[in-house]
Amino acid sequence: MIYSDKVMEHFRNPHNVGKIENPDGEGEVGNPVCGDIMNITISVDGEDTITDAKFQTLGCGAAIATSSMVTDLVKGQKIQDAVKISKQDVADELDGLPAVKMHCSVLATDGLKVAIDDYLKKNGREPLSGEIKSADPNFDPHAEEEPAEGEDD
Amino acid sequence: MGSKYFDYAATSPMDPRVTEAMLPYYTQEFGNPNSLYTLGRDAARALEAAREKFAAGIGAVQPSEIVFTSGGSEADNAAFFSTLRKVAPDGGHLITSAYEHDAVLETAEWLGKHGYDLTLVKPRKDGHVYPEDVKAALREDTKLVSIMHSNNEIGSINDIKSIAALAHEAGALMHTDAVQSLGKIPFDVVDLDVDMASFSAHKVHGPKGVGALYLKRGTRFDALIKGGGQETKRRSGTQNVAGAVGFATALELALEVRESEAVRLAALRDRVIDGVTSRLENVQATVDTGERLPNIASLLVKGVEGESMLLQLDNLGFSVSTGSACSSGSLEASHVLLAIGVPQVIAHGSLRISLGIDNTEADIDEFIDALVPIVEKLRAMSPVYKKMFCGENPITF
Repeated sequence: MIYSDKVMEHFRNPHNVGKIENPDGEGEVGNPVCGDIMNITISVDGEDTITDAKFQTLGCGAAIATSSMVTDLVKGQKIQDAVKISKQDVADELDGLPAVKMHCSVLATDGLKVAIDDYLKKNGREPLSGEIKSADPNFDPHAEEEPAEGEDD
Repeated sequence: MGSKYFDYAATSPMDPRVTEAMLPYYTQEFGNPNSLYTLGRDAARALEAAREKFAAGIGAVQPSEIVFTSGGSEADNAAFFSTLRKVAPDGGHLITSAYEHDAVLETAEWLGKHGYDLTLVKPRKDGHVYPEDVKAALREDTKLVSIMHSNNEIGSINDIKSIAALAHEAGALMHTDAVQSLGKIPFDVVDLDVDMASFSAHKVHGPKGVGALYLKRGTRFDALIKGGGQETKRRSGTQNVAGAVGFATALELALEVRESEAVRLAALRDRVIDGVTSRLENVQATVDTGERLPNIASLLVKGVEGESMLLQLDNLGFSVSTGSACSSGSLEASHVLLAIGVPQVIAHGSLRISLGIDNTEADIDEFIDALVPIVEKLRAMSPVYKKMFCGENPITF
């Protein structure tokens, strides 16, 4: 399992670390048993454009790097576009992620969706994403995984 | 000297004297030890000299009790499969502990699904497997007990002598994985009275891909690897002469300095533990009572994910291990830590610092100076650190 240079760059010097005071939207996903928890706060202007995004993450190198990348990507985006950012998009922007990290460590896109829905609900509007599994503290990201090749039955 | 490498329990650099001892057997002394002509006989003599030296190093009565293998994992596998195929081909009861090395645990669990009954004895919170817990697990049909001599992650040493006596009383064979103990603490197969013990060369400044199984004379054994009948029919395949010479040389060199190194390393181990726990809140030694290896410090750094710590330390040139789920591609936190009752949430923040010949006090101090700000920075970045570990009901071990 090897991280790309870009992942390491974001991990060593993550962008947008912290918490926006009085955010327009906030999302927290992940659970401590898995070891990855992420909080994302966003500021949104009157035209649904994300003007700022910050994160706090407890997690591995991939969790921190993807949090950094997602908060970079969404700044200046309309919320309708931001919710479409997939885990794969984030991995691609980081020149790839080890397969084992795709399941549990790419929480940032989920956190962003929860934060955007939070913003919409606060403003009496319909959420765009609805239920996000990893926002449930008891969510187990490993539950749906197939056994790896060569693993004993 | 001095080194920022703190992962000697993972592997160690080859001692140049070991490399030098091995080199001739790759080049001018390249003979197959099973060939009858001079070149072959010379190789066979070198192999048997290595076997004698190794046997002496672990207190074996006869050199023929040593079977050279491809490593500790093969020795562990053979200890199960090769004996059970002889003494209990139709099944029976097996005992091992829940915090064994994967080479033992996976093997035992496979057998547990294929005709054998398996009991996993839990180590207690202090990191030790208690003889009375093994005693309670023994049955009339117990065929094999395998408990590690010392644990590779937390460094606790088990009372194998007592456990072996109990196993024998019940009519079972006794195996111990001694990979981490060899060359670090006294280890004598006769004193312990085990039937089998596994060893690995690269943990003691020998070559990778070389191991040994001690097999007490008279122990029935069906070779795991079949073929030309080398190693007196216990391990086929042309012997790794250079590897055996390297292993024996490495063990001899390790034993020469063992006592003085044990004292020096134990002081360094305690320096790491004392230094980190005094400078950071919410950090503790995983185990701190009973017999422990002098060279392993296991720390629980609460509220930090281990891989992040490891990578940040690597960025500054330090090499350490972690039992975090995110380490090296596995998804579960260390089974060793979970077995002794460390909560998942805390196990993710474990660090193993395993010390060796090149480490000095100055290295330890440099390491602590590097670790403290890394932990503080990662905790500050966490959305839950204060909530989980600094509130009214902190999560504890």
